[in-house]
Amino acid sequence: MAGSNPNAKPMNLTLNVWRQPNRHTQGKIVEYKVKDISPEMSFLEMLDVLNEDLLRAGQDPVAFDHDCREGICGSCDLFINGRSHGPEKGTTTCQLHMRKFSDGDTITIEPWRATAFPVNKDLSVDRSAFDRIIQAGGYISVNTGGVPDGNEIPVPKDLADRAFEAATCIACGACVAACKNASAMLFVSAKVSQLSLLPQGQPERKTRVENMVAQMDKEGFGACSNIGSCAAECPVGISLENIAILNREFLTAKATSNNLA
Amino acid sequence: MSWITKTLTSTIGRKIIMSVTGLFLCTFLVVHLVGNLQLFKHDHGAAFNIYSHFMGTNPIIRTIEWGLVLGFGFHIYEAFALTSRNKSARGAQGYVSNHAEQNSEWTSRNMGILGTIILIFLLIHLYNFFWRARFGSLDPDINNNDDLYSLVVSSFKQWWYVVLYVAAQISLGYHLWHGFRSGFQTLGLNHRKYTPIIKYAGYVFAVVVSAAFASMPLYFFLFTNEKGELAANAPTLIHAVASAF
Repeated sequence: MAGSNPNAKPMNLTLNVWRQPNRHTQGKIVEYKVKDISPEMSFLEMLDVLNEDLLRAGQDPVAFDHDCREGICGSCDLFINGRSHGPEKGTTTCQLHMRKFSDGDTITIEPWRATAFPVNKDLSVDRSAFDRIIQAGGYISVNTGGVPDGNEIPVPKDLADRAFEAATCIACGACVAACKNASAMLFVSAKVSQLSLLPQGQPERKTRVENMVAQMDKEGFGACSNIGSCAAECPVGISLENIAILNREFLTAKATSNNLA
Repeated sequence: MSWITKTLTSTIGRKIIMSVTGLFLCTFLVVHLVGNLQLFKHDHGAAFNIYSHFMGTNPIIRTIEWGLVLGFGFHIYEAFALTSRNKSARGAQGYVSNHAEQNSEWTSRNMGILGTIILIFLLIHLYNFFWRARFGSLDPDINNNDDLYSLVVSSFKQWWYVVLYVAAQISLGYHLWHGFRSGFQTLGLNHRKYTPIIKYAGYVFAVVVSAAFASMPLYFFLFTNEKGELAANAPTLIHAVASAF
């Protein structure tokens, strides 16, 4: 392997993996042993090794969500040793490497736990609740017509930076998974503050926050207790300040919008 | 449902009620604490009894008292409503392994337990002092006011009562440690200029208020006689501090 470290010693690990056949059947933790895991593997590659072993033994492989494996898409939703995306700060599961573990370790792997995120199978959860929240208001209207001159819309640099920081949310759901209340407010607040900070987000500013919060509540997510575990576990570092912005936007919208419903 | 009830029963709306009532109750703590400092006066409770008579009879205070009842009522009700919602949001199947201590503070995750301890304390506290002062019959003091002071002193001479009070004040301290700044965050009052100040002001508020309340039962239990007079053999430091009152 190019660039591999010849001193990296392979590891043997014990995995406690949540196995659940489908949404309607109760699951349980099943213990597996994996051997000769290179410290240079990503966590997902280690699970690939486990699945190859299971397939060779004629067993059902462990279902888990993954896509880009580059830390961008936010698919790899694993709760590892009691932490969203495992022990390393600011990382997704695919960017977590086995060198963070030691030979002989026991690793517990569970799916995100939230009523709004039902388990599809094993470690794979249905996060379409997030899609429905975005559909409820996480967009801007783009009008037809000539292209406006970009410089005609003044955006202060600090606001552009803050909006961009909020926009880095990859909707992975680590915030919901880590939150004691399974609250989705860090996710919702990232989108609300991103769009409310920019001029392009102004036309739907009030209806957006009203509709997104209503959908968030309808999906069954909890309320925010300002614990901060969401921001601590967020792979892209979305800050709690966004939740304050969400609260402010919600209160202002409810107090001043023309919506009586 | 109207837009008002919809707003106030949403997750954010309920949190806003928690925050407004919580910060209001913080102002109550200040008033209650400052008034009670009169317990430390060396006048056999004369000033404290005048104060408690005023608080129990003044029509403005009696009116605001209903605001306090509502403040506590909503704070407690919303705590139960939110806890119930939050528990069902996690679902029946919790984590087998969860290391929340690695990503958050203990106090912030245990506001409900801390609040429940404070609620139990509050009921006992109200029964022992408020109920007996308002609806019971207390002996008159030298100014012919109800002698609530003597009841306070005799209560704080019982060790289990002192333990209850100190435990409740430790809970209150932890509750405020998270609750004070959390209240501002919920109202959307987060700004890089003020949030660090609010955070440390909250820590100071939590420690000062709970320590000052806890000092009252400890003072009477450890350093005074049955009449509330400072014992001659109390430490010099206590004598020095007490002389300030």
